[in-house]
Amino acid sequence: MARSSWKRGSGQVTRAIIAIVVALIVGGIILLLLGRNPLAFYADIFRAGVLNGGWQDSITRMSVLLLMGMGYVVAFRGGIWNIGGDGQFLLSAALIAGAGPALFAVMPQGWALIILGLIGIVVGGSWTIVPSYLRASYGLNEIITSVMMSFLGIYLANILIKGPFRSEETTVPQTDVMPFDKLLPKIPGTTIPVGIFVALAAVVGLHYVMTRTSIGLRLTVMGANARAALHAGLKVRRLIMAAFFASGAFIGLGAAMEILGVWGYMRADWNPKYGLTLFALVFLARLNALAVIPLTGLFAVLTIGGHTASRNADLPNDFMLLLVGLILLFMTLSELISMGKARRRALGQRIVQALRLGREP
Amino acid sequence: MTVAFWTSLLSGMVLAGMPLLFTSLGETISEQSGILNIGLEGMMLVGAYAGFVAALYSHSPWVGVIAGIAAGMVMSSIMAVFCVRLGLDQIVVGIAILLLGEGLTSLLHGAQFGTSYPRLEGMMRIEIPLLSKIPVIGPSIFSQPLIFWVGIALVIVVRWVLRSTNWGLNIRAAGEKPGALDAAGVNVTWTRTAAVLATGGFAGIGGAYMAIVASGIFVPFMTNGLGFIAIVISMLARGRALWALVGSFLFGICLQIGTSLQVAGINIPTDVIFMLPFLVVMIVLIISARQAYLPAALCVPYKRGQRG
Repeated sequence: MARSSWKRGSGQVTRAIIAIVVALIVGGIILLLLGRNPLAFYADIFRAGVLNGGWQDSITRMSVLLLMGMGYVVAFRGGIWNIGGDGQFLLSAALIAGAGPALFAVMPQGWALIILGLIGIVVGGSWTIVPSYLRASYGLNEIITSVMMSFLGIYLANILIKGPFRSEETTVPQTDVMPFDKLLPKIPGTTIPVGIFVALAAVVGLHYVMTRTSIGLRLTVMGANARAALHAGLKVRRLIMAAFFASGAFIGLGAAMEILGVWGYMRADWNPKYGLTLFALVFLARLNALAVIPLTGLFAVLTIGGHTASRNADLPNDFMLLLVGLILLFMTLSELISMGKARRRALGQRIVQALRLGREP
Repeated sequence: MTVAFWTSLLSGMVLAGMPLLFTSLGETISEQSGILNIGLEGMMLVGAYAGFVAALYSHSPWVGVIAGIAAGMVMSSIMAVFCVRLGLDQIVVGIAILLLGEGLTSLLHGAQFGTSYPRLEGMMRIEIPLLSKIPVIGPSIFSQPLIFWVGIALVIVVRWVLRSTNWGLNIRAAGEKPGALDAAGVNVTWTRTAAVLATGGFAGIGGAYMAIVASGIFVPFMTNGLGFIAIVISMLARGRALWALVGSFLFGICLQIGTSLQVAGINIPTDVIFMLPFLVVMIVLIISARQAYLPAALCVPYKRGQRG
């Protein structure tokens, strides 16, 4: 048993690596067609993302990516398609950046950081309530509703930053800058904020809950077969609401780590668009929390280094979107090689149940 | 409210509603055949870019529209191969197509034009005699470019095909009970492939319309969520083409009303204006939560000889 699961695991790792390598090659061919040198481009990514202290930036970036990734893991495990991560992220970030300067002024650093983290959790989680209620009560497809809520969140964040939270000291619309010495402390000797420990703790904690507790099992059962879960007497409605809230909460906490660890303020129209790329990574990790760690590490290097590489190659920064799209495509293709017919069909069934749960039973 | 306000509202409604109309018509076809196309927006962007570039170099908007159709179909052929032929997960492949479309168009635009945004000449407007003299609706509705009338004609064609032809019956059967269609001797895979390709073509026209007719420029990420709104419209239209028309123009009004209010001298922050259509979609979804209908076999890959 243990041996076969190890074998399956190593097969999955091989397929993930193949998908990434093929995507890098195809991406390189596209760069070549655009008249850029792909080897120089990838070398630039490595140089800026890993060498010369770039690894510190990459690890810093990992903390937000990991927390958002956990948000997707908990949702997808339960068969919930929370695609609206960007809105949950930006709205949380805006409220944290708006409330931060005032909180730091009136209370000690530790308390302020905890309260701001909680703001992130509550805001991110609350932004999922409408889609999750509609899904749990009416079986309305949450893919669409969460995307709509995401757009609402993005614009609401902008309205807040250009309106009530706008700093009077700058001409560009942004929030007041929080005092840098009061932000999340750095790991001594590095520039990495301690947020990475919060993120790693979340990963380990979620992995434990998903694999060793009855809550995790209930969620997995619901994700695998919603109707079976209902017949087994699971409280499906409550499970959907809870998992959806947890998903938004992780994403909101990720926003807290990004604002409190890296920026200290938020500009209007800032949108790093982590949402859909993390969707891809979490799938590549087969919804396994621990497997998200190396993948976000790779993606962090790609985004940090890709920024410099794109600038050097005189290209817009969106090459990463293309690369992630390619990885996703080749990953589904590599799935095909391994999957038997029955399991392929089961995946389709899962989505159908996710789409119409609440109406059929 | 003045005449200027209503005229700008109506013409803006058409301008903003047409891409939605083309795209949601396409999505209707694909949804009816059992394929949920989340990557619609990627296909729109690729159609917009290809259409824009073709129109820029050929100086002919029609060449641009045809290039947009072709590019949209190329993108949707990925979906046809992965989801219809190989039976892979439609949502994951759809998101991959969305990311590919966004990344590819932004990259190509950056490599080709850098930060400059060349502008296209507008399409020839056709002023219908007599009707275009009517105040308000004359200058807005009855003096549209020819492609507006192409769009209206396509609504009727799609409605006719889906309701009254064998093709339409095949497509709907592929979405409801693919096994039955197969038993009747029709190839489910080809039916769905044709539907997905048609969707890509429609999304391509939608994108090309945005770049060539509505704005005359291409900006990366210019669709900005329209693909998702089109999915909502076709879900609520439940396969009825005329409702897709009504829905698209209603959302066109939402997209346009802020600008028209500015014409009338009322100022609203742009973020509120951008938010409005999504707010309306949410409200409509909440009100009609039980009415959104999806075909029975949506998202289920079809493999011969399997139960179901």
